[in-house]
Amino acid sequence: MNITLTVNGARVDADVLPRTHLVDFLREHLALTGSHLGCEHGVCGACTIRLDGQIVRGCLVLAVQADGGVVETIEGLSDTGEIADLQQAFIARNALQCGYCTPGMLIAAQDLLRHGGVPTREAIREHLSGNYCRCTGYQAIIDAVEATAKARAA
Amino acid sequence: MKASAFDYVRPTTLAEAMSLLARHGGAAKLLAGGQSLLPALNLRLSAPELLIDISRLDTLRGISTTATTLRIGALSRHAEVLASPIIAAHAPLLASALAHVAHPAIRSRGTFGGSLANADPAAELPACVLALAARLIAQGPNGERSIPAQDFFTGLFATALADDEILTAVEIDLTPGAVHGFRELSRRSGDYALVGLAAHGHRQGEGFTDLRLAYFAVGTRATLAPRAAAAVMAGSLEAAAAALAQDLEPHDDLQANAATRLHLARVLLRLVVSDMSSARKDAA
Repeated sequence: MNITLTVNGARVDADVLPRTHLVDFLREHLALTGSHLGCEHGVCGACTIRLDGQIVRGCLVLAVQADGGVVETIEGLSDTGEIADLQQAFIARNALQCGYCTPGMLIAAQDLLRHGGVPTREAIREHLSGNYCRCTGYQAIIDAVEATAKARAA
Repeated sequence: MKASAFDYVRPTTLAEAMSLLARHGGAAKLLAGGQSLLPALNLRLSAPELLIDISRLDTLRGISTTATTLRIGALSRHAEVLASPIIAAHAPLLASALAHVAHPAIRSRGTFGGSLANADPAAELPACVLALAARLIAQGPNGERSIPAQDFFTGLFATALADDEILTAVEIDLTPGAVHGFRELSRRSGDYALVGLAAHGHRQGEGFTDLRLAYFAVGTRATLAPRAAAAVMAGSLEAAAAALAQDLEPHDDLQANAATRLHLARVLLRLVVSDMSSARKDAA
């Protein structure tokens, strides 16, 4: 099936099988390997991306469903500088170790931060509750997100 | 895992979707938000020949009210319902429940009607429509019909919808001054509940009238607990807790056995009734 979509600001035309989900499409057709596949059934959050401005599970959206849509991946959010401060905070706080969950964590955290204000630690935990991290124990991630929120509000 | 191969079609009108469904019947699956269907496809628990993507049928979208009725289009996304001022005013039970449905990245895609038609026994929304005595509107080849919520959920992932019917909307009578309660117990925020309870009624003096208690994640489908509700309305929480043994058919699974589930159902009963005794009343 032919689809046309916008990925990180660039128009993409592609021919995909209906069963190809969005993350396989991004990784294998477009070589955008920052979106990770963990569980592939919506539990782990490693594949979190933005579709039409809202975060989604990339493994739970078919590429054909994104026809006409606007996709933003961790590569796009990095290149535009939108999350540069959040990324620096992750580094400063050791909020990553193996890095597998990090792209999804960053996109999910930014989804909360872009609404403005300084969310409580409880609200940060709740917003990230759909993203698994097996290295950090989460504490440092919450620290990094909270620090970024405070710095942006200052 | 990867889904097995299927064909995909995206009708642009409800009539076109109906005719596709009539032509392909059981070999086809409707795709709305896909947040339950895609996992099932990826895990190969489901392998339809054709997906009929109805997600862009705008006539199935939208939340509105008349003088007496709230109407929620089947394709309204969880995030939309959760944020809707109309829902906050007229059916705040739904917003309370949706805060427990999965996570933001799933609520942005999952749909109200999709969750109901999927009829997962551990899902929140089937219990909510039972508690609200909603009517589910189905479109079939011979027109539209209205199915009372209590007749809709027929078993494990089974509903009263025929193979050639599409759930298009849910209607709920406005009940000014009502109170609601919602609680669930789960191991992790956003996980499926171990046990959950959605409740709706009116407060009268120290007690309640028109109280409906709807449990989920207890047994094969969302279930009303009429004997327990009657006992609460008669003023006895003790009798209500005891009656849950007759109202519910709790199941065993890896997370909890039936006895634990019945115990937790009683814990939730006391908590929710207590919540509702002090809850703010819904808008007029």
